[in-house]
Amino acid sequence: MEVRNLICINCPMGCPLEVTLDGGEVVSVTGNTCPRGAEYGRKEVTNPTRIVTSSVLVAHALNGEKTVSCKTRTDIPKGRIFDVVKALKGITVEAPVHIGDVILPDAAGTGVPVVATKEIL
Amino acid sequence: MEKYNIVIIGGGPAGLAAASAAYDEGERSILILERDKELGGILNQCIHNGFGLHTFKEELTGPEYAKRFSDQVAEKKIEYRLNTMVMDISPDRMVTAMNRTDGLFTVQAGAVILAMGCRERSRGALNIPGYRPAGIYSAGTAQRLVNIEGYMPGREVVILGSGDIGLIMARRMTLEGAKVKVVAELMPYSGGLKRNIVQCLDDYGIPLKLSHTVVDIQGKDRVTGVTIAEVDSSNKPVPGTEEFYSCDTLLLSVGLLPENELSKTAGVALSRITNGPTVNEQLETSVDGIFACGNVLHVHDLVDYVSEEAAMAGRNAARFVREGRISDRSRELPIHVEGGPRYTVPCTIDPARIPEQLTVRFRVGSVMKNRYVSVYLDGERVLRRRRQIMAPGEMEELVFKKSMFEAHPDLQNITIRVEEA
Repeated sequence: MEVRNLICINCPMGCPLEVTLDGGEVVSVTGNTCPRGAEYGRKEVTNPTRIVTSSVLVAHALNGEKTVSCKTRTDIPKGRIFDVVKALKGITVEAPVHIGDVILPDAAGTGVPVVATKEIL
Repeated sequence: MEKYNIVIIGGGPAGLAAASAAYDEGERSILILERDKELGGILNQCIHNGFGLHTFKEELTGPEYAKRFSDQVAEKKIEYRLNTMVMDISPDRMVTAMNRTDGLFTVQAGAVILAMGCRERSRGALNIPGYRPAGIYSAGTAQRLVNIEGYMPGREVVILGSGDIGLIMARRMTLEGAKVKVVAELMPYSGGLKRNIVQCLDDYGIPLKLSHTVVDIQGKDRVTGVTIAEVDSSNKPVPGTEEFYSCDTLLLSVGLLPENELSKTAGVALSRITNGPTVNEQLETSVDGIFACGNVLHVHDLVDYVSEEAAMAGRNAARFVREGRISDRSRELPIHVEGGPRYTVPCTIDPARIPEQLTVRFRVGSVMKNRYVSVYLDGERVLRRRRQIMAPGEMEELVFKKSMFEAHPDLQNITIRVEEA
């Protein structure tokens, strides 16, 4: 039995988790205060993922904004964070942009789109 | 002169939630005054995710969270003025402001809600020796440059202070190609949320040096490096522990200060601990009809709690307008703290006015493990909660219930005590 202590990152509560593994299989997760904590604990020791947030340049914005913020619509493998950020380099989108608009359909081959998180008119 | 029943100073998360809640309480004469060119406040530059899990049960970025509330304000057709700087608030709630279209104008408010937020502590407050080269930024300024203006402030970065914005910027600068060499924290514990230590430093292998500070900044025109040293228990640098880091940028994330210049002009009493107004359980300041919420009241870690607190201020301000003065100040009892909490918000309670549930928030002064947080009314324990860990960087809360107070009709003393478990 292997025990791994983690801090849940799902929300700023930062619950201290104790994940027990047996031969690579998760046996139990304790210390969480919500179901998302248990899921995170399980995932973090088997397949860690992150939502990536960034911003890209925007052109012809009505109020002169220079950038629009964005995120991967869902979490992506932790090891692919830099690939996703690299894939966003050099992208300029045309205003108007709305929350949820796809900026990059498939971020660095993760199958996850990058979407806008701000409305720029 | 214009008249509004409620004037809200600031259109950030606190101001927007207060406006929306006041509307839901039946108030229609509401005006928000915002100095920026858009609503949403600091959330607009907080492009990272993690907002709204408590409020919306989903994880949003700052701009998305702001949009939820600015949409509510738009749907309810609540009036707001952008690019508008409030210059003065008088004790009888005359609000003087200016902008480019209206010039200088005065609004008589039935109630005022202070929602101005906070600002960052600057280098000047730290007395770090050295020249004043380019390349020294507050973490929030760097955040604005990177996320909103689209500029990189530098390539090789040292961060002083482990506040949340500093941690967030350590990750952000790393993702944008900078090398963040170290985060130095004067205190023996981090000032930021644990999740940010994990997600922003550990994920990228950025070292966090606790009990360390910057003792020298090198460079005359541009920062060329900083010297970091360990500090002893009285925060004095320990000779011989100096370490030089070459860098072109120093970010400061060394604390936030509630922005209360306007509160002072209104004669609002401020707490020397929070630097925010002292408020009763209505979130009403020492001046009748002037309420406060959000980071101008005390610095929060979670915007969800700002929204919740601001909604309460909004509802209470609407009731004040409708019912007139709600306070009998002589019945307000201070909440005493013992064994760890540095302050509470609210700081006083009138037991006769307590709602069904009242959230009392506080911060402790040092890291404490395995404690009970108890509430005593006239020496009788009425609530006890166990805490595995409490840290200054994470706000604590207790929910007071009306029923707790009903058994104590002649209450004289309210105490929150932290005890060994």
